[in-house]
Amino acid sequence: MTEEEFIKFTINGVEVQGKPGEMLIDVAQRNGFYIPKLCNHVALKPYSACRLCIVEMAKGGRSKFTASCSFPISEGIEVNTESEGVLKLRKMTLEALMAQAPDSKEIRDMAKYYGITDTRFKENEDKENRCILCGLCIRVCNERMGVYALGFSGRGASRRLDTPFGRLSDVCITCGACESVCPTDAIKLGKISKNEPKPITSEFDLGLKERSVIYTPFPQAMPLIYLIDKERCIHFAKGTCKICQKSCEKGSIDFEQEDKKLKLDAGAIIVAPGYEFVSPDTRPELSYDRLSNVITAMEFERILNASGPFGGHIKRLSNFKEPKSMAFIQCVGSRDRNKGVRYCSSACCMYSIKEAIIAKEHSPDLNISIFHMDIRAFGKEFDSYYKSAKDMGIKFVRCRVAEIQGDEYQNPIVHFTDENDEPKKEAFDMVVLSNGFARPKDADKLAGVLDIKLNKYGFCETSAFSPLQSTRLGIFAGGVFTEPKDIPDSVAGASGAAAKASVLIPPDMRMIGREKEEIIETDVSEEEPRIGVFICHCGINIGATVNVPSVAEYARTLPNVVYAEDNLYTCSYDTQRIIKEKIKEHDLNRVVVAACSPRTHEPLFQSTISEAALNPYLFEMANIRDQCSWVHQREPERATEKAKDLVRMIVAKSNLLTPLTRESLAVTPTCLVIGGGISGLTASKDVADSGFKVFLVERKKELGGNLNLVSCLLEGENPQNFLKRLVKEVREHDKIEVLTEAILENIQGYVGNFTTTFTHAGESKNLEHGTIIVATGSNPYDPSEYLYGKHKGVITQLELEKMLENKKFKTDSVVMIQCVGSRDENHEYCSRICCTQAVKNALRIKEKNPDAEIYVLFKDMRTYGFREDYYAKASDEGVKFILYNDEHKPKVKDEEGLVVEVVDPILKNILKIKPDKVVLSIGMEPRKENTDLAKMLKVPISKDGFFLEAHMKLRPLDFATDGIFLCGAAHSPKFVNECISQASGAAARACTILSKSEISAEGIVSQVDEELCFGCGICVLNCPYNAVELEEETQKAKVVSALCKGCGVCGATCPKHAIVMCHFTDQQVKAQIDAFVEEVQ
Amino acid sequence: MPDFEPRILAFACNWCSYAGADLAGISRMQYPPNLRIIRVMCSGRVDPVFILDALSKGVDGVLVLGCHPGDCHYISGNLMTERKMRWTKELIEKTGVDPRRLRLEWISASEGERFANTAKEFTDLIKKLGSIQKEEKEKIFSELKAAEKVADESRVRILMGKERELVEEGNVYGDKSTQEDFDRLMKDILDDEHVREKILQIAKEKPLSVKEISKRMNMPSQEIGKHVMWLRHKGKIALHGIKKRSPLYKTVEVPY
Repeated sequence: MTEEEFIKFTINGVEVQGKPGEMLIDVAQRNGFYIPKLCNHVALKPYSACRLCIVEMAKGGRSKFTASCSFPISEGIEVNTESEGVLKLRKMTLEALMAQAPDSKEIRDMAKYYGITDTRFKENEDKENRCILCGLCIRVCNERMGVYALGFSGRGASRRLDTPFGRLSDVCITCGACESVCPTDAIKLGKISKNEPKPITSEFDLGLKERSVIYTPFPQAMPLIYLIDKERCIHFAKGTCKICQKSCEKGSIDFEQEDKKLKLDAGAIIVAPGYEFVSPDTRPELSYDRLSNVITAMEFERILNASGPFGGHIKRLSNFKEPKSMAFIQCVGSRDRNKGVRYCSSACCMYSIKEAIIAKEHSPDLNISIFHMDIRAFGKEFDSYYKSAKDMGIKFVRCRVAEIQGDEYQNPIVHFTDENDEPKKEAFDMVVLSNGFARPKDADKLAGVLDIKLNKYGFCETSAFSPLQSTRLGIFAGGVFTEPKDIPDSVAGASGAAAKASVLIPPDMRMIGREKEEIIETDVSEEEPRIGVFICHCGINIGATVNVPSVAEYARTLPNVVYAEDNLYTCSYDTQRIIKEKIKEHDLNRVVVAACSPRTHEPLFQSTISEAALNPYLFEMANIRDQCSWVHQREPERATEKAKDLVRMIVAKSNLLTPLTRESLAVTPTCLVIGGGISGLTASKDVADSGFKVFLVERKKELGGNLNLVSCLLEGENPQNFLKRLVKEVREHDKIEVLTEAILENIQGYVGNFTTTFTHAGESKNLEHGTIIVATGSNPYDPSEYLYGKHKGVITQLELEKMLENKKFKTDSVVMIQCVGSRDENHEYCSRICCTQAVKNALRIKEKNPDAEIYVLFKDMRTYGFREDYYAKASDEGVKFILYNDEHKPKVKDEEGLVVEVVDPILKNILKIKPDKVVLSIGMEPRKENTDLAKMLKVPISKDGFFLEAHMKLRPLDFATDGIFLCGAAHSPKFVNECISQASGAAARACTILSKSEISAEGIVSQVDEELCFGCGICVLNCPYNAVELEEETQKAKVVSALCKGCGVCGATCPKHAIVMCHFTDQQVKAQIDAFVEEVQ
Repeated sequence: MPDFEPRILAFACNWCSYAGADLAGISRMQYPPNLRIIRVMCSGRVDPVFILDALSKGVDGVLVLGCHPGDCHYISGNLMTERKMRWTKELIEKTGVDPRRLRLEWISASEGERFANTAKEFTDLIKKLGSIQKEEKEKIFSELKAAEKVADESRVRILMGKERELVEEGNVYGDKSTQEDFDRLMKDILDDEHVREKILQIAKEKPLSVKEISKRMNMPSQEIGKHVMWLRHKGKIALHGIKKRSPLYKTVEVPY
């Protein structure tokens, strides 16, 4: 369109232009002139009913009042939107509208804008009819929906909104468009329609919350893009509506989009389709479909969530009141041979304990009982968590629930048989069904497309020795698709699958993807600080204790803070976008986030502000969750004060932040694997197969570790052939250097550039490498209890396995005692493998002698996942499982033959068994050497003595220290297949660094102010890394940035404060101190 | 009187103690909300000046938290901290403030419980000791300011920085001093510097003679005379005039 074709005219004296045919109101609004309106809608034709948009218009000396919504612009008109006459008319109209619809917020707000708070007209007393006859509902129904369910009837004062013949409409499609456009809430679907409206509920919130037809699947969806629900969209059903298309200013609505078929060339495929929940209807006696207060665990998970249906408050679905008592029913659909699934779903015990603890934290007076068969807390530190639940007063009831009945108020009554075999019933306000995991519905179809085999449970078939490999070469599986598992195991296995896949792809083909665009950093050195503060609710984690909006309010008052806001989740994808926008919008040059720990989240926010062209070191974090809301849950007011202090302190520091640069460091593309057991061997082979050199160091002469002691796995395979083959492959691999009988002496350096000293045959040698994988395994417990070592009939499971190898070995009666060296005073953890080991050996004995009497004395049988089948099989074959607890531990006596005494859990009398053998199911212990190795590596050790990873759930294979990774039993006891998938995972993690030619070093280093330095050399003396040296010529200190680790010892000792520890300068620390002592106003 | 709620500052190293504090949070261990953490990469970053600065501004107690010996992410930063904190306590003691107001603790990343307990115990202790400004606020603060200046004195800092070398490795001539010898030397120097800082404080308001200073400080004028000469030599105090044949000295104001 050329310049001439525009129509030019003036509004309030300002020249504007528009296209022919445009309405005056649209041009005015586009140019920032406010004109109130009620009956005008972007998707509807002009109607000029409300008369609010009236303006005065002059042309050729004559002026008139006209509704701007229906007046097409013309050349040279002079429009006044705020003239005296206009204002007078508009105010009068508003008063009249206010009288008709006194409750309408929209009208009130407009009136307020014009200074009107009351109306002089008589207020409409008919509360049922607040209609202002704007006609929006009728027009949207007719024009957009094409339904014609509404119209006006009568004339003059009796004009009213009506349906044809005044009857409830049967053509109404209950789309709700009329309700949504009505400014006075005058129209209700129930009054006009014969048809029941069908609410659209959110799939993510499991139907507990409503959603719109245009929606994002969940708040943290990636990418966060809206989509149209084609099934429910009126446009797709009737070809009408299109309101969204008219409303979207960016023109982003495209109804023509179709599903596309894509063809991708791939060298390998990883299948991770996840799982579904077993339907609670498999146990109809639990009344899920009848009682609204019986819900599933996932529904409860949503209820507990701050973005869930009740904002994180626990409410009953029947009356939305807070429950006083709750029960969890375990194994709903799992471990069930008749209905549901036979296997154990592995994660439900822990998710129930977690939900119970969160609920209890939320409402400390809530009574919670967990009805279970066994509590399977077999993962790392899970038993401590289980214990903490008990300490909080959560009740654990061992039983199988028979049924749930309801009373007239929908209160569930749980019927169960207690430990004394007596039938009992107990009423609860709410019951949560912990339903298990089922394979994805379309697993068969997927398997067909991929041409892979499924196992008897319908999950992806894998083997113990290649747990990530499907039956088809090049296709790997991750997550629950191979077996039900929890988050850390899924994360580890997924990394492992990535390692396996990348081996198949040539190195030069691995790095396809988007190039990161180069961003030129904004130079802020000359600018005054302009700080933006973002304060996180972290769902209810912070928000439930700290008054987050008031902290944001307070932050706005702090010096140089130009912007502050609170977010539900500051770390969400969406908020990252907002942070970037706000940086641009407010010219922010420092960003502060008050949320969780900088140890976990600083890198994320730093990269966000980098994307907005700010130096990443212009960022600071206040830890108001881990170090405030979580630890002061009972003192919300003081926690809020503390949060304000922390924000003030960190804002004071950020005023003084300066940009820092990160140097690039070369990476030595080799990996050191410590430990030559199954994990170390697997990790070495995977790293080497990916094309990188590996040093595998092992203390002992032989490779293979503890697996050398195992002759048979649960499924019956002999691992020795596999182990021999793997050892051979590793020894012959041209990229692996095996160093046995090697003792580590010292490990120095940092990610990309480690130097390790070890001794071999009395000789000391050095290795240079870029990454480290710790795979040192664990030790079988050496027992002294139950007459072990005193009576030769008392043996360990490992010794029994050796005996079972002998074809002639036969025994008539055996008592196995579980949890020897696990879950006791000295070992708070579960060793994970011993229950399955006992079941395996019991079955092997039965195989040799079906009449053998076998007793297994246990605390909880933790045969999780598909192992459950073997437990069931052992029960079927007559193995007797007898429960014991810590108060009544079994006793082993030597009374001319072994006697085992155990309290019968039901009859409560002492049961005496005289077995041939007592077999102790010994646990796994962390290696004593871990402590020394941890010191060399500078990584932490857990309270149980195993290595402690960076994050138990999300980073199970990484240490907090970059470049060092963890796998196998050094992490916590585990099975062979789990060791293998973790080891592959650790290999993948190591390769992410090895595949880079360089990495950027930390920018937090020290710098010397040469003016102040007088060359005393104290810094040189004190630097633990020899990173400071005295320059020959000037006799001034100089920092070698690549060596500097940023500890700041030099800064704290310099006599002249001449050495500056960047990011932790004297001024920055003192600013924090000053801000702390400054009284909160 | 309402319950006294002390204000406590903690310096926590990023790798162990800060992580331990995070773990206390993850484990929902409850402790009193009196303490505020300043994160440093290593406890070795904590300058004695920071601590004395904080105390002199009314912070009631300071915790310095680092990795256990041998666990330091930076090899030995925490051992330097240990030595420095010993002398910081010595300086605090000189001011008449209870040295228990400064505590050094080793807390590892896995010791959430230890962190929570330390926070609890230390808060209780400081509550018992009461506010640092409960009486003679001005006097205590000026004493602490003097102690801060001592900690900032090059001679003191050089000696602190060399302690490990002198005691463990020996000086450039290979002579090793015993810890006792070093302690004696350090204490003497701290004493001297402390007296000098006090002189500077006293002579800041108006010019005074050696005699007047010694009277105020309750010390022999011979001693004071020596220190005044030294300070004059260093340009920290200057001759201001002569009154009744006695020279008057006044502190040279250094722009901060």
